[in-house]
Amino acid sequence: MTLAQETLQLPHLDYGALAPMLILFGAAAVGVLFEAFVPRRGRYPVQLVLGLGSLIAALIVVIVEAGTRELTADAAIAVDGPALFLQGSLAALGIVALLLIAERSLEPGGPFVAAAAVTAGTQADRAQAASEEAGTEVYPLLLFALGGMMLFVSANDLLTMFVALEVFSLPLYLMCALARRRRLLSQESAMKYFLLGSFASAFFLFGIAMLYGYSGQISFSGIHNAIQTSTNSTTLLYIGLALVSLGLLFKAAAAPFHVWIPDVYQGAPTPITAFMSACTKVAAFGALVRVLYVAFQGTDWDFRPVIGAIAVLTMLVGSILAVTQTDIKRLLAYSSIANAGYILVGVLGLSKDGLSSTLFYLVTYGFTVIAAFAVVTLVRDADGEATHLSRWAGLGRRSPLYAGLFTFLMLAFAGIPLTSGFTGKFAVFAAAIGGGQSWLVIIGVVSSMILAFPYLRVVVMMWLSEPGETTPTVSIPGALTSATLAIGGIATLLLGVAPAPLLDLTNRAAEFIR
Amino acid sequence: MSSFPYLSVLTGAPLVGAAVVACLPRSRPQLAKTVALIWSLAVLVVTAVMYATFHANGPRFQFRESYQWIPFWGARFTFEADGIALVMLALIALLVPLVILASWHDVDSSKRSVPTYFALLLALEFTMIGVFAAADIFLFYVFFEIMLVPMYFLIGSYGGARRQYAAVKFFLYSLVGGLLMLAAVIGLWVVGRDQLGHGTFDWHQLTGLHMSTTTERWLFLGFFVAFAIKAPFFPFHTWLPDAGGAAPAGAAALLVGVLDKVGTFGILRYCLPLFPHASRYFAPLGLALALVGIIYGALLAIGQNDLKRLVSYTSIAHFGFIGIGIFAFTTQGGTGAVLYMLNHGLATGLLFLVVGMLVARRGSAQVSDFGGAGKLMPVLAGVFFIAGLASLALPGTSPFISEFLVLLGTFTVHKTVAVIATVGIILAASYVLWMVQRTTQGTLNPALEKIDAMRKDLSVREKVVVAPLIVLLLLLGFYPKPVTDVINPAVKATFSQIGTSDPQPTVAQGGGK
Repeated sequence: MTLAQETLQLPHLDYGALAPMLILFGAAAVGVLFEAFVPRRGRYPVQLVLGLGSLIAALIVVIVEAGTRELTADAAIAVDGPALFLQGSLAALGIVALLLIAERSLEPGGPFVAAAAVTAGTQADRAQAASEEAGTEVYPLLLFALGGMMLFVSANDLLTMFVALEVFSLPLYLMCALARRRRLLSQESAMKYFLLGSFASAFFLFGIAMLYGYSGQISFSGIHNAIQTSTNSTTLLYIGLALVSLGLLFKAAAAPFHVWIPDVYQGAPTPITAFMSACTKVAAFGALVRVLYVAFQGTDWDFRPVIGAIAVLTMLVGSILAVTQTDIKRLLAYSSIANAGYILVGVLGLSKDGLSSTLFYLVTYGFTVIAAFAVVTLVRDADGEATHLSRWAGLGRRSPLYAGLFTFLMLAFAGIPLTSGFTGKFAVFAAAIGGGQSWLVIIGVVSSMILAFPYLRVVVMMWLSEPGETTPTVSIPGALTSATLAIGGIATLLLGVAPAPLLDLTNRAAEFIR
Repeated sequence: MSSFPYLSVLTGAPLVGAAVVACLPRSRPQLAKTVALIWSLAVLVVTAVMYATFHANGPRFQFRESYQWIPFWGARFTFEADGIALVMLALIALLVPLVILASWHDVDSSKRSVPTYFALLLALEFTMIGVFAAADIFLFYVFFEIMLVPMYFLIGSYGGARRQYAAVKFFLYSLVGGLLMLAAVIGLWVVGRDQLGHGTFDWHQLTGLHMSTTTERWLFLGFFVAFAIKAPFFPFHTWLPDAGGAAPAGAAALLVGVLDKVGTFGILRYCLPLFPHASRYFAPLGLALALVGIIYGALLAIGQNDLKRLVSYTSIAHFGFIGIGIFAFTTQGGTGAVLYMLNHGLATGLLFLVVGMLVARRGSAQVSDFGGAGKLMPVLAGVFFIAGLASLALPGTSPFISEFLVLLGTFTVHKTVAVIATVGIILAASYVLWMVQRTTQGTLNPALEKIDAMRKDLSVREKVVVAPLIVLLLLLGFYPKPVTDVINPAVKATFSQIGTSDPQPTVAQGGGK
């Protein structure tokens, strides 16, 4: 090797293929500048337009680039079918979540605190809670998070993946702490998320080191080759895979790495919870399938029993603990854990069907869950959202429209046909049985039965109970929340009645490149 | 054969009707009722025309329609009807307008919306027609599951005491069965895909697949448990008395009269042809469960003090008869079972509606709250008696024929089973006659005289409701041929699919010597 060859060569960048991420990161940076230079009064419309505009632009670019299948940036980033599909899903779900986040008509100033640094519970804090001022930091944070997620699902080596993990995690920690009401709860959730998330990141990083030690590579294809040819002790490989999976499963909300979920989902501002439950799941599972399918599949040893055990645990923990919940946000949190289990069942199909069903499920679940949290933001009393289940009694009489919508979403979660929840479950279960994992499907079915009970309890509460003295009113949503509800509800129905176009799309996208 | 798309029109029409009725203003209940009634009558007319154009001697499946739905999975909107399905469709189309008419004033006094109630009834009709008309297993499953939703709200929102508990229990029981079936449906689909090379849910393609014994038995159980819960067979029956007792009378008539038949229909249409070997293997189990149901349901019915729960328990006993008719695997038994499904729908439907009329007048469903009611309302009491006699399968009423056929068909292959089942007839006589005696006969309960409504005998509307059912029960009791002609080929085909044939009539040969 001569010195001349060691001069640094800039890797070739395909800017077209990278454009969705570049747009979001660029817009996020511009958003930060807006925070600094645009007067407070004008920030909200500017940030909203910037956020929506950049997300729509990113979505359009993804659609334009739909046929791209290549490795770029020196094979650090793979722009292939799954990556593009997931980026498109992230942009679409991000738009819907952004609409919910930007809603300000439900309470003066919206759901976010004006000055997060003011100590909670002080005189100044009470004053700012009552004022109409509101912070707009959440918009650039959201764009950073989404940009990081897009990078996360297309990262083709472990280091890029780690960087992306941090890029989208840090904004999420902050966003959780921004609630206008119940600020201590919100800050506690952010702290908890941050601490546990840091541990998970550390494990992930340690896992990278192990895998590097085993294979001398950080790229997925390199690890894949090393597994087939290397004569090194496989201990490092197993530990590395375990630690990397741990980091990803933490984000994906799989048991036993799920303990942060209920607290964070409950404490975070509800629009942020909606965003996390949809988009973080897409990102985490997008990365997980890439690691498992590209780096570790097709080798002569089987990780399925271990991940299968985690899937079983996740489904059972999520469904059983959901039964005992009395807070709607915690209930949805445990349901989100159980759903992570169902997605894992699809992932373990370890086939093209497994991949495409996972992609399909992520989208169906994302739209439904955002709409469900959007309904939660509407049910309010003088103290903000009324999330205790007992408060929802008789809601169907007070406002049949929103109670009806929420019932529909609950039926979708329960997997009743003609909703996207059913087609999604069908897809992942079919992939798992096709991959010879019938036992997982049996557990999945049992878990669905258990989970139907808490969903049904909410429906009973809303329709069959008499409204009490304390039944809160359902606020009339503004245009933005209405749009979120409409998109979420229609997507849930359409993907349940006519899933064929999306299924075809996922099927065409379901091929990784190495 | 006509090319008119009967089945998709039949399925779609009630759904459109439900949407229309649901959109009618709450302040005009009369309009909603009228529209619902006219709509259901229109469905009845189409069904009647379809029944008339069915060729009893033609191919088993007629009126086939198939439209693309989810090509990726091979799921299609395929509708088809054989004789069994056709008879059930006719039963639905007949019962729904009668139920609407019978429920005319049921919701007036409640705080709930009247248009919603009738929209739910039409939505229920949509799912019931769909489930019998579907010939694509995916489509069947979809209807099988969404059927729960309108019934859940009918019970939960418009039912009597303990309606919440009953509605949730009904929903969860059915959902448990449905999800087990979902796993089996997917399993069957994967087996089919591996053998046929493409994923399909078409009934015709999936019958006759080769499976390992273990796979076949597990898949059979997945379907069977779902149907056994729906039917319901002992020991999956506990939801029915609660649901039947809490549901409004009209909904209960549809629940027991039609909805539960999906279970027995499903066993005939899906369990047996799809998994013939497993069916033969599990037949003793099916017979045993059915037999226990006959005795157990009848004994519990005798002990009930709540009229609606009583009728629900009698249904469990009747489903036992249908069960032994099916699992005897003889044409007579099978025809009897299908005929029983129809007759039970008519008889128990009538019984539930009449009980509803009694309960609406008295404001209580407790047997002990009645007594001598016949002195105040002779016509209602008479109709109640007729409905009871039909329910206990008195000769001359149509249930007698089906019960006789079932017992005959069973006796030729399983003598013990038939003999034990006969005990059920005696028990049936006791629960029906005792119920009639305690409510309408004997000394007049003085409390009844104080209730004005108890003095009002059947109104014209109520007579219109009960008349067609009584006429049909008597007519089919003397001349069942129009129905048996339609059912017979389908039953024969079913049993030939599982490879059983009727035993030779040895008794007759012996007599000839």
